[in-house]
Amino acid sequence: MENLNNDYTHIKGWGIDADPKNEPTYPMKKYTGDDHKRLNWDRPPLQPVNIEVLHSTERPNITAVFGTSTPPSGLSGAIRRYAFQFSENQYMHWLPLLLADRVNVVEGIVDDLKRGHIPNIFAERGMKAELKHNPKGLAKRILVTVAVTSIAYAILKGKSKKR
Amino acid sequence: MLAMNYRGPRRVRADQKPMPEILHPNDAIIRVTRSCICGSDLHLYHGLVPDTRVGMTFGHEFIGVVEEIGPSVEKLKVGDSVIVPFNIACGTCAFCKQELYGNCHESNPQATAVGGIFGYSHTAGGYDGGQAEFVRVPYADVGPTVIPPGMDHDNAVLLTDVVPTGYQAAEMGGIKAGDTVVVFGAGPVGIMAAKCAWLFGAARVIVFDHVEYRLEFVKNYANCEAYNFRSIEDPVLFVKKTTDWLGADVCIDAVGADASGDAMQTITGKKLLLQAGSATALHWAINSVKKGGIVSIVGVYGPTDNLVPIGNVVNKGITIRANQASVKRLLPRLIEHIEAGRLDPKAMITHRVPLEEVADAYHIFSSKLDNCIKTVLIPPSARR
Repeated sequence: MENLNNDYTHIKGWGIDADPKNEPTYPMKKYTGDDHKRLNWDRPPLQPVNIEVLHSTERPNITAVFGTSTPPSGLSGAIRRYAFQFSENQYMHWLPLLLADRVNVVEGIVDDLKRGHIPNIFAERGMKAELKHNPKGLAKRILVTVAVTSIAYAILKGKSKKR
Repeated sequence: MLAMNYRGPRRVRADQKPMPEILHPNDAIIRVTRSCICGSDLHLYHGLVPDTRVGMTFGHEFIGVVEEIGPSVEKLKVGDSVIVPFNIACGTCAFCKQELYGNCHESNPQATAVGGIFGYSHTAGGYDGGQAEFVRVPYADVGPTVIPPGMDHDNAVLLTDVVPTGYQAAEMGGIKAGDTVVVFGAGPVGIMAAKCAWLFGAARVIVFDHVEYRLEFVKNYANCEAYNFRSIEDPVLFVKKTTDWLGADVCIDAVGADASGDAMQTITGKKLLLQAGSATALHWAINSVKKGGIVSIVGVYGPTDNLVPIGNVVNKGITIRANQASVKRLLPRLIEHIEAGRLDPKAMITHRVPLEEVADAYHIFSSKLDNCIKTVLIPPSARR
């Protein structure tokens, strides 16, 4: 047992059956007692914060290091900032983040076009490999897409004629 | 430099991106020589993990050569070839001190439930990953380990995640000599978990999947029984019948959020995103294990909720043990296993693909084309 400052001698039998080997996290965790020092470890030097870093409301600060990939921007960034007002415990944190991810996909296409790059979505989806290793599957996929698009077009055209 | 660039669900490409820089005194810049696509990268690729931003570079399984070090780095020098664990760990927080390197509290500002992971969305810290020519590696004195002389680099790259994760899956199972162990999933981690279960004294190892070529591979590679759950009516009932109607001693979920096999889980978890991925494998693991048994989870799930039979966990008195693998803790033992020939991870590598063809590599792995089990990406600078 680790040596605690608290005195439990008035509690008969306190800790008598404590057995580190009967511990669900054993042997994954090497007990040092550091858990009970709470948030008082010597922090590593802090990485300078030169970009916007959103941080969980479940911690008091930004971690000593952090990733600098793709800081929040645009509409998706605004949605992410909103999401980070809520704790990790709440759907209002995670669901807006999923929405932001989808908005970000559209922003990515717009950014590509702004830079004069037309994204080759066929290539980005690995369809060259599909053609090589699963040509029947690719043909089926194309046929289904054409059929669904044609049916949708026919329905829309029919509706506009009725008007 | 050339790097993988995420553009949206099922869309990636190789692009030129700026070189990474030293941003912290204990950073290192690594020139990547090999990186893998992990099964858990597919959760990102399929758009299942919240806060996966367009423009990010994935990749948490990589090795390389130290190109540059920050002023406080003492344990590495320029030119060292290193294994880089997928966990970003500070080595000083309460969790790292207790060897819970997958739970570092000083590497991920965006979420407290998971430590920093290279190239694994902003939910895991927002770090660009190693499917690139170069990568920034924080806490260079803590995680990276010099590749032992003579070790095949194909084995080394698999020590960054898949081998430790498979091994820890078996370790967390608390396998006792004579136990029957059931592994759900015959992806690389499931294959390794099956292989490692024997190291802990299992008497019988059974693997379930629905991809025939993977079942054939695991049966031979891990000397285990392997069954296609699509060809049996109910895998849980099958386990009960084959274990004298009691259930397995240990069940391992080595699949996570992308599991197939249950229409309800697939629709709510993978199509509608109403739960954090499909929890089919975990559902089966809980229901297949004996009363008082252990369920070990290494399959990755998103951070929201999943539908699992928690009532059965209570009623059967099941112990659930789960974590991201603590790679640094396990490396010395696993290196011993490889050097002694007890583990041969490189046999799982089926595809070596130039980084430029990353889109095809992801599609092949995701769609399980060309009998793909494990894909290694080779950057152009490593091919010269």
